Amino acid sequence: MALLDLSGVTAAYDRTPVLRDVDLSVDQGEIVGVMGKNGVGKSTLLKTVVGLLAPRSGTVSYHGEDVTDLAADERARRGIGYIPQGRDVFPKLTVEQNVRMGETINEGCDEYLHDTVYEYFPVLAERADQSAGTLSGGEQQMLAIARALVANPDLLLLDEPSEGIQPSIVDQISEDMRAINDDLGTTILFVEQNLGVIRSMADRCYAMERGEVVDELAGEALADEGTIAGYLAV
Amino acid sequence: MVNGLNLAFQFLDSFAFIVLAAAGLAIIFGIMGVINLAHGEFILVGAYATTLAVTGLSVPLPVAMLVGAVVTAAFGLVVERTVISGAVPNRLWARLEPPLSATLPDQAAALLPGTPLVEPLYDRLADSMVATFGLSLVMVQGARIVFGNSIDQVATPLGELSYGAFSYSAYRVVLAGVSVAVLALVYYVFAYTDYGMRARAVIQDDRTARAMGVDTERTYAATFAFGSGLAGFTGALFAPLVSMQPTLGGQFLVEAFVAVVVGGASVVVGTVLSAGVLGAVEASVTNYFDSQTFGRIALLLAAILALRFLPGGITGYIERLRTRRREDR
Ligand SMILES: Nc1ncnc2c1ncn2[C@@H]1O[C@H](COP(=O)(O)OP(=O)(O)OP(=O)(O)O)[C@@H](O)[C@H]1O
Ligand SMILES: [Mg+2]
Repeated sequence: MALLDLSGVTAAYDRTPVLRDVDLSVDQGEIVGVMGKNGVGKSTLLKTVVGLLAPRSGTVSYHGEDVTDLAADERARRGIGYIPQGRDVFPKLTVEQNVRMGETINEGCDEYLHDTVYEYFPVLAERADQSAGTLSGGEQQMLAIARALVANPDLLLLDEPSEGIQPSIVDQISEDMRAINDDLGTTILFVEQNLGVIRSMADRCYAMERGEVVDELAGEALADEGTIAGYLAV
Repeated sequence: MVNGLNLAFQFLDSFAFIVLAAAGLAIIFGIMGVINLAHGEFILVGAYATTLAVTGLSVPLPVAMLVGAVVTAAFGLVVERTVISGAVPNRLWARLEPPLSATLPDQAAALLPGTPLVEPLYDRLADSMVATFGLSLVMVQGARIVFGNSIDQVATPLGELSYGAFSYSAYRVVLAGVSVAVLALVYYVFAYTDYGMRARAVIQDDRTARAMGVDTERTYAATFAFGSGLAGFTGALFAPLVSMQPTLGGQFLVEAFVAVVVGGASVVVGTVLSAGVLGAVEASVTNYFDSQTFGRIALLLAAILALRFLPGGITGYIERLRTRRREDR
């Protein structure tokens, strides 16, 4: 049984359709990528999974249950962690308070990974009392990951982690995500336009064009730079 | 010496009045972006509930004051769910609309409003003012119909403090202490409790807060109830001092409104600073001219000047200074 399954999902803001009949599934323990050019609907896809946007039709199931009508906060409590594009850390709360915000998810959660997230991202421990708005872009990205990870989610959704971040930090974040997947068994669905990140992180990758899933790559196809570049080139 | 003491007492009095009048309004404005023009009538609810608990049920005054605060908080919760968030009318309409449109002919059914029926008033300053102004009219007239033009007042407790020829109500001095305690409580709640942290996260970015598992609806409802409860507590505290009429809220609303506008969006710091400045202005002018009227005129003038030169309030000004300093570095 897939951990996450989207079937026939169509979504729109007001009248403009943005997702058309999207089918997609993610198995327990996988790292799955979604790639596509600007504006093809990648972020919108993640928003329908998190519950910030209700689909017009189709179903979202998670752990085999239909969650299409559940509110975002309820889905978060069931173990869906979300790292939005542009990170959206709470700028006026401190780093530690942002991490603690993540703990409001699953209030009854057996254990929070409070210390673990600081082990993955030691820079954050150094800046625990600094307000999040004063962190660099890369640090804010790490904080957004830490904030989502602290409640030990089953599924982590990551929206363009590499955007606006210098290459060395991007590599480090990709490595961290793989380590998190290995150590904690966290399933990851991420959205990217960065070829390097897709190749280093994804076990499998969907390609999107104008609101539709047009291809699914794994194994050799995913190793072939040309194929991926074709879906990303402007 | 006596004059100096008099001035000090007057300052404490103004400060306490402004802080207590403004606290609930400031919280609801700062966190929810709602200007509650029925704030004075929430104070009325607290004052009446306290007074009636004492005169009707013989409850001791301190307990009655807590009752006043709790009753007003509960009342605030009802107002939030019905008027401010529209959750209740929306739910009713969602249930009513399908059978109604099924029974009506198609053309008539097409004219029915869709769901949700109303949008929440969060962060809609002008709309929230119109709605709550309507609510305040209903509440004042409602109180008049149910309780008449006035109700019996409870006696001011604690007697007088005297110093030479000068005497002062001990209860008013206690109020100054209580106003500081209220500020401390508000600060504690927003800086140290989980609820406070969630509330601050919700102001900064409510979508992300929701995706983090924060039930934003509940946070807003709790915030409105908390602000209402403080308004009710203010009504309870002033029940022995102001005349018990349905219009008693008006005198609080003006001061509260001015304080919030001058203070800006930062709840505790803004309220403290503006109550400090406005209290000092009002007390010294009242004292100098020996006239309360001049004191109030000075207060309003100070507010107008503050608005002219510090749009965004004192805390908005501090925020700008900070940003500039950061950019200079
Ligand atoms: N809140 C919104 N209201 C209306 N239209 C929107 C909204 N958000 C996105 N859109 C539109 O939906 C389409 C898809 O947007 P989306 O953000 O999902 O793209 P994306 O693939 O994430 O792009 P990018 O790579 O630039 O982040 C775009 O045409 C965009 O203009
Ligand atoms: Mg996007």
